[in-house]
Amino acid sequence: MQDKTMPEQINVALIGNPNTGKTSVFNQLTGLNHKVGNYPGITVEKKEGTCKLPNGLKARITDLPGTYSLNVTSADEQVVVEHLLEKTSENFPDVVVIVADVENLKRNLFLFTQIKDLKIPVVLAVNMSDVMVRKGITLDIELFEKQLGTKIALVSARKGTGIDHLKKCIADYRELPVNSTIGLKEIDSEYFTELQKAFPREELYRLWLKHTQNFDYTNHKNVAVQNASAKNGFPVRSENELKRMQQKETIQRYMFINKLLDKGYKKDISAAKDFRSRLDRVLLHRVWGYVIFFLIMLLVFQSIYNWSSYPMDFIDGLFASLGEWARNTLPPGALNGLLSEGIIPGIGGIMIFIPQIAFLFLFISILEESGYMSRVVFIMDRFMRRFGLNGKSVVPLISGTACAIPAVMSARNIENWKERLITILVTPFTTCSARLPVYLIIIALVIPEKTILGLNLQGLTLMFLYALGFVMAIFSAWVLNKILKIKSRSFFIAEMPGYKLPLLRNIAYTVVDKTKDFVVNAGKIILAISIVLWFLASHGPSVEFKNAEEIVHAQTENEQLTSEELNTAVASYKLRNSYIGILGHTIEPVIRPLGYDWKIGIALLTSFAAREVFVGALATIYSVGNDDEETIKNRLAGEINESTGEKAFNFPTGISLLLFYAFAMQCMSTLAVVKRETMSWKWPLIQLFTMTGFAYIVSLVAYQLLK
Amino acid sequence: MKMNKYTIAQLKRGEKGIIGNFSTDVVPVKLQEMGCLPGSEVQLIQFSPFNDLLYLNISGSFFAIRKEIASLIEIANAG
Repeated sequence: MQDKTMPEQINVALIGNPNTGKTSVFNQLTGLNHKVGNYPGITVEKKEGTCKLPNGLKARITDLPGTYSLNVTSADEQVVVEHLLEKTSENFPDVVVIVADVENLKRNLFLFTQIKDLKIPVVLAVNMSDVMVRKGITLDIELFEKQLGTKIALVSARKGTGIDHLKKCIADYRELPVNSTIGLKEIDSEYFTELQKAFPREELYRLWLKHTQNFDYTNHKNVAVQNASAKNGFPVRSENELKRMQQKETIQRYMFINKLLDKGYKKDISAAKDFRSRLDRVLLHRVWGYVIFFLIMLLVFQSIYNWSSYPMDFIDGLFASLGEWARNTLPPGALNGLLSEGIIPGIGGIMIFIPQIAFLFLFISILEESGYMSRVVFIMDRFMRRFGLNGKSVVPLISGTACAIPAVMSARNIENWKERLITILVTPFTTCSARLPVYLIIIALVIPEKTILGLNLQGLTLMFLYALGFVMAIFSAWVLNKILKIKSRSFFIAEMPGYKLPLLRNIAYTVVDKTKDFVVNAGKIILAISIVLWFLASHGPSVEFKNAEEIVHAQTENEQLTSEELNTAVASYKLRNSYIGILGHTIEPVIRPLGYDWKIGIALLTSFAAREVFVGALATIYSVGNDDEETIKNRLAGEINESTGEKAFNFPTGISLLLFYAFAMQCMSTLAVVKRETMSWKWPLIQLFTMTGFAYIVSLVAYQLLK
Repeated sequence: MKMNKYTIAQLKRGEKGIIGNFSTDVVPVKLQEMGCLPGSEVQLIQFSPFNDLLYLNISGSFFAIRKEIASLIEIANAG
């Protein structure tokens, strides 16, 4: 530390094309948890970590979303550009590390030249260097370093080699030259001279980027361009002129790169492509491609249900005994009730999903990392387009079976706004894991345990509900495609990455991260709701509630009840006069035509925070003390609808409930994420009202026909 | 007129060509940045089933684009 001005911590931004193993390099540098994908646009969040550099400096490393260029076309890429344009921000990088794939150097260097022209020190990490010998690649590092004005580290994130050298290059960032690669003035000397004159203190390329930047991806209009010209003193040029200049710029960059590659990069082409093309021929085949896709999906869903049932039973039992233990150990009273009847069953209700969510993310990340997901996109585009969707909509629709929230976010790499919007709007129809416990308990209550043609009827019902979700998603996409009058270009580019053996470490990180995320987020909501619900159910405003015991005792004096029956009678009298009972009775007229009593109504209301609350809410409302499914099930099976005198969960009510849950939009978190992704409340509100309205009508018709 | 144009969309499977001129108004910048520029070599690797997407190798970059866009990009000399 000879230099006194040397900071103790520097900002390092990790940037690169998708599929370059950027996140694996990040994993190697920081050792923290995050995610890598083989599917373009998978690193949707900004990830940070720190590492110690050889000279004692601490580096704060930000893993930015994969991007091909600084001319952004998606919300993901915008993150990258904003990070690089905000010079005054405290996150502004002191040095950028560009991660490039040694086999795809040409396209990777394109991004490199753009960032270099922002005059930020850049280190080039050439990844997957372990395949160089096998694929007959040679690289003249000295020439590249000189011509590009950078330091090059050959790394292999897979094998963990070259990382120390990369750290050293980062540590010596002050020695890196900050020169431009191309001369912008050669593109249009008049324009760029004018531009520089208007802002003498700024770098030319940064200005140019600002002028041509279009941050409004919701509807590819070049509003920003026109505004920028008029308001901020940018030279005025038409959009077409700007586009032509962009093309010239692109050509100039590639000319620079090609010249360099000709001199210092050799690749023996015949060595590599065979495996890829042979596998492509099968996986993209017009018959086998679909058969294989179908079989893989079948395997995924089968294994999710078969394999996760064991850990799920275990978790279920664990929480049942935990609730039991809390009830018996703690002194009776408010706290005991809150814990054993509110919080523990509530948390248990979410923990039980962990195995399924983990399996689903495991499969999805394997499909992405291997490069297969891009092939699915390729074979599905035609089919999806017929319904106003996009081949890339397959990813949200499949991952929607885990949770709609990451699924909606994964629609980000759909370039066409209309197709992206429709994908976002219909994704919540796919059966997410939160519907599963609701389905399971209702199916157990109303569908007989018979076999038809050797197939379990209950299992068939469940499969039917999953199919219903997909069909509904596709159908509503078709309707939306007819209704929505949005003009957007039929713009579609999907990278077809090479096939890779998924890295175990990356997959493990993904599964752990995503599962943790789900549990923490959903857990918070469920915890809050169970507490509120428990409070509302165990308190009441009126005299009747306070004097419940005396009133019930007086009423039942002549009936000679056992003490247990008496307790039940008191409890149900209390419940009816509690806050929640009053609320339930108020809404009952609305839900009675669907075949629900007020208790189901309450559970339904709470489900609008998150569906998985339903079972927990019923448990709380019916004051079932533990989360043991048998207990809840038996309890519900015996429940009588006060107004009809029939079983509360008979066949018509059960079917009506199943349909309601299949179609209704009942997840605040999804609505919030849709708002964020569409940048307006309009779409989530439309989703909420049309989906729920549709659910209401379908359930109404079903109940009235069946009863 | 349109009939005579030889574009990427008319390439046969496995066929190579050199990209000619195209209008910057209609071909997205992003595609150009992936290497789809006048003078670049393009090879059609495969059609998607039902002929909607084209799987291309443009100077070492592998990606798929829709037929509509492909039909806007002319081939300078088929080979």
